[in-house]
Amino acid sequence: MMRSALGYAIVTLSAIYALFYVPQHADLTTMINGSVYASYGVLALSLALIWGFAGILSFGQAAFFGIGGYAYAIAALNFDNTTLAAAVAIAAAAFSAALLGYFMFWGRISDVYLGVITLTVSLILSRFFNQTAGDQWTIGNAPLGGFNGIPSTPIITLPGDPSNPLPPEQIYVLAIATLVICYLLCRLLLATRFGAIVVAIRENETRAELLGYDSRYYKLGVFTVAGAMAGAAGVLFANCVFVSPNMFNLQTNGQLIIWIIIGGVGTLVGPVVGCFLTLMLSNYLGTVNHSGILAWLDPNLVMGVLLTMFVLIMRKGLLPLVISGFDRMASAIGRRPAKSMTANTAVDLSQ
Amino acid sequence: MDYFFIVVLQLAVTIANLALVSIGLAIVFGMMRVINFAHGEFLMLGGYAAIISNRAGINLWIAIFLIAPIVVGAVGILLERLVIRHLYGRMIDTMLATWGISLALIGLVTVVFGNTVSGISPPLGSLTVGRYAIGNYELLLVAVAAALFAAGWLVLRHTSLGLIARGTMQDREMSAALGIDPSRVYAATFAVGAAVSGLTGALIAPIVGVVPTIGAMYIAKAFITVISGGVAILAGTLGSSVLLGGVNTLISFVFTPVLGEVALLAAAVVLLRLLPQGITGRFFRKAL
Repeated sequence: MMRSALGYAIVTLSAIYALFYVPQHADLTTMINGSVYASYGVLALSLALIWGFAGILSFGQAAFFGIGGYAYAIAALNFDNTTLAAAVAIAAAAFSAALLGYFMFWGRISDVYLGVITLTVSLILSRFFNQTAGDQWTIGNAPLGGFNGIPSTPIITLPGDPSNPLPPEQIYVLAIATLVICYLLCRLLLATRFGAIVVAIRENETRAELLGYDSRYYKLGVFTVAGAMAGAAGVLFANCVFVSPNMFNLQTNGQLIIWIIIGGVGTLVGPVVGCFLTLMLSNYLGTVNHSGILAWLDPNLVMGVLLTMFVLIMRKGLLPLVISGFDRMASAIGRRPAKSMTANTAVDLSQ
Repeated sequence: MDYFFIVVLQLAVTIANLALVSIGLAIVFGMMRVINFAHGEFLMLGGYAAIISNRAGINLWIAIFLIAPIVVGAVGILLERLVIRHLYGRMIDTMLATWGISLALIGLVTVVFGNTVSGISPPLGSLTVGRYAIGNYELLLVAVAAALFAAGWLVLRHTSLGLIARGTMQDREMSAALGIDPSRVYAATFAVGAAVSGLTGALIAPIVGVVPTIGAMYIAKAFITVISGGVAILAGTLGSSVLLGGVNTLISFVFTPVLGEVALLAAAVVLLRLLPQGITGRFFRKAL
């Protein structure tokens, strides 16, 4: 009880810090980076939800990230109404997730097969959008732009004020707020009856089905919600970077898996923390001077070794490790005076 | 007529290519139920081994057929001992750990050889059919693929080694009870799978060249071919190569090669909805 209260307090404090302190005091670069991190954080959250709580291991969650981004860019270029475009994008991502989910869950595909299929879908999209250079690939006013993506994506505006695109500082606030809202949504979802059944299916699908729950509907439901969330992440990404086929590629999907493994499968905050830490690390690796011995700090090499190490040695990830460490510390502190109140311990306590 | 002839040859080349990039993965998956995410990087290492040793003055054929399999087989043994061994029976963890290995190998090769394309021109000239031409080397690949599958069939069917392999594949516990150490069979399988991947990677290197990230080009195709094939290593890979290669060639000729690739992957997704256990899960069940 005390542990989860402490956890919520830490999450609330970091949210307040990121939402209110940073915009006042940090410089523009930090905020632009922060927006990118937050959009990736939402993406990490969407996979954390389905992998950690529904046991659906999607290796291609970035597919919906990209679909959201592209749908936003295309809709915004055509409609002159970015609020509508964002809604369309999230709906498009949710719809594609529902469609793919129907294929997979009604085909009773699970485990690794599901991972490979989702990854394949993501790579199909990446290939497809990579070859959309040239004039024949335009949707309305939106050129798809092939490998270069759509750099001319209109920046999101406040509803009812279409002439003023948000400046980067406000995009940052929007991104962090979206991250917080998505976290709360996940928590709420898991607290409902629906969430409890989803977790039950993860624990033992056969048993849940024998109790009368059709696992296909529940999996489809949670997969669709996660797809929508990834779509929202894509919209944010389109606003702070721009959409390109790289959003779907193997690298993005691989990074996503690394964030979750490092942060801890089965938690929500862990993957977001893992995402931030990993992005900071790869940013740092991008800036060091790669000469001599430092040449070995190739980002791929470091990330790959990290991922393999975590799977082999710290399969639970960082957050569960920190929590169990905290538990041990708490019980050590709690136990000591209870053992016997000798003079020694009394002295210890007074120090 | 010429056009028809060239389409048939192109079809054979596409199918052989698909079978070649998948067979190493199929060996490991069929035998060990391990999905090796670093498969694309094994192909890449094979390509580098062949090209680098050829540049060092070694005959191209020796580089492809001898050096590449030995080098990548050795890498396979090393990785099996260091990583895979600890993860048997944990399918998802193996996949994640090999994903890490895949990234690490990309990084390693980038550090050592730089992020540039290396290549050698394919030997043997080309075959002219009327107004069209196709590389003789590509036709050779079809023959090599056929030989590789035939050899695989012979080993599995007619040698005691093949019997042990099939036994372990069918029932690990039972073969252990009969005195066969499954962990040794697995280690050997992984090494053979890696060596075959090295060979096939070296074989396709003269056509496409090598770059540290080339594995990503093959990995989706190889996965989808193996998974669509199902449990039977040879028949499954061959069956899905024919089916998916056919779709790929057809769409490539009608539209563009890239759309051909997209169609290949999409066809596999639909196929798995219809046959979740792959082709050999329903047909040719007795095949190898």
